[in-house]
Amino acid sequence: MSAGSGEQQTVVAARRLADVASVFIGVGRPSTAAILARAVHNPDLHLVYESGTIGAKPRRVPLSIGDGELAETADAVVSVPEMFNYWIAPGRIEVAFLGAAQVDRFGNLNSTVIGPYDSPRTRLPGAGGAPEIALGCPEVIVIAPHSTRTFVEQLDFLTTVAAPTAVITDLGVLEPDPETAELTLTALHPGVEADQVRAATGFELAVAPELARTEPASAAELGALAELLAR
Amino acid sequence: MARVATLSDAVAELVGDGDAVAMEGFTQLIPFAAGHEILRQGRRELELIRMTPDVLFDQMIGAGAARKLVFSYGGNPGVGSLHRMRDAVEHGWPAPLELEEHSHAGMANRYVAGASNMPCAILRGYLGTDLPAHTQVRELECPFTGERLVAVPALAPDVAVIHAQEADRAGNVQLWGIPGVQKEAVLAAARSLVTVERLVDELEPRPGGVIIPGWAIDAVAEVPNGAWPSYAHDFSVRDNGFYRQWDEISRERERFQEWLREQVMVGAAAR
Repeated sequence: MSAGSGEQQTVVAARRLADVASVFIGVGRPSTAAILARAVHNPDLHLVYESGTIGAKPRRVPLSIGDGELAETADAVVSVPEMFNYWIAPGRIEVAFLGAAQVDRFGNLNSTVIGPYDSPRTRLPGAGGAPEIALGCPEVIVIAPHSTRTFVEQLDFLTTVAAPTAVITDLGVLEPDPETAELTLTALHPGVEADQVRAATGFELAVAPELARTEPASAAELGALAELLAR
Repeated sequence: MARVATLSDAVAELVGDGDAVAMEGFTQLIPFAAGHEILRQGRRELELIRMTPDVLFDQMIGAGAARKLVFSYGGNPGVGSLHRMRDAVEHGWPAPLELEEHSHAGMANRYVAGASNMPCAILRGYLGTDLPAHTQVRELECPFTGERLVAVPALAPDVAVIHAQEADRAGNVQLWGIPGVQKEAVLAAARSLVTVERLVDELEPRPGGVIIPGWAIDAVAEVPNGAWPSYAHDFSVRDNGFYRQWDEISRERERFQEWLREQVMVGAAAR
């Protein structure tokens, strides 16, 4: 449906970590982006996974947050209570990458149910670490596919109050308006037009007067990404 | 000190119908073999407690052993949905499943409170979300600073079941790699069962090793590869292929039941 680029989404997310000390990540595209950032932009970036691995240095993209390679390469491996109480809650981890099934115009997230809670059409996995990660980490960046199913007027369930500094999709970048906090389209990926993003958004999308273009993925970025995914 | 027993004797002794059973292991050391033994012994009406229900609870829910699920994240990591859990929640098959859900921080702190014999744990979180309307959590004010916080009730399972790498003959247990919340689950529960990769004469200290003294555990059973398809650090690697395959096995009821019959329930009638 969308002519978006997941590759460009990953590359743009990775660039956000160029000057960051530590990032909290789950599996999937956020993990790929963070591993790419460490490979290309920021070798000192500390990757922190919910499984308790702090400073993991994966050479390939893990399927689960607990793959053995994460624990073997980590600076420290801590229990779940320690991860949430000593590391996440006090804000020691600078940036969190979060995903969700639904995102509203303020960047609130639903990962619990589609439909009514007591008789859901689709039962989603649930909160996991997201609510307290969003509360604790000083900066939250949401990574989500751009469609009217994901970007909705009204969440079916409010799982996480995220207040992200950016939402990076396969079509472009949304950032909160400094006054209203409403997510506003501020940048388009190469080859994408604003009307396409409006059509893929389930609420009336605010668009910045000066719309930027994200820099196309460089040969170095694409090469490193291909290498990570091939391993 | 813990009794060294066979898995079937330990399950028969420690897990009863209707029990609240916590089975922990965060990404590694998931006690699959013990879960399957619980199914073979036909336990019913269980309250299953686990932060990440994962493929193990998908199997136990699909088999009809659960009345209630207490959890914080019910997905197949990196793969997708837990189809048996969804079928139970969305269609009541094979039986309706009561849910009590929390965030990871909430569940982890509920175990800490249980292990500490405190009635509740206090944390920041939940406020402003839809979770409080659907789960057990209460808002309170810090008596020192006035900050608005939440309390979650302690978890006090009837029995905790975990898997570890090693135990000695007195039932002292050591696990290493990702430690998860297993120590807290064992100490929060009234009874506990630990399956281990191997029994050794003497535990050798490991970097990051978590030791649980045998006198805090009821039974230890040697079950090599008892965490498959998850893994035991330094003993096995995660069978990501099976986690992907589970998506296909679990999607349809008939295919799941065939798998359950052939891979888990074999020999159940003889017990």
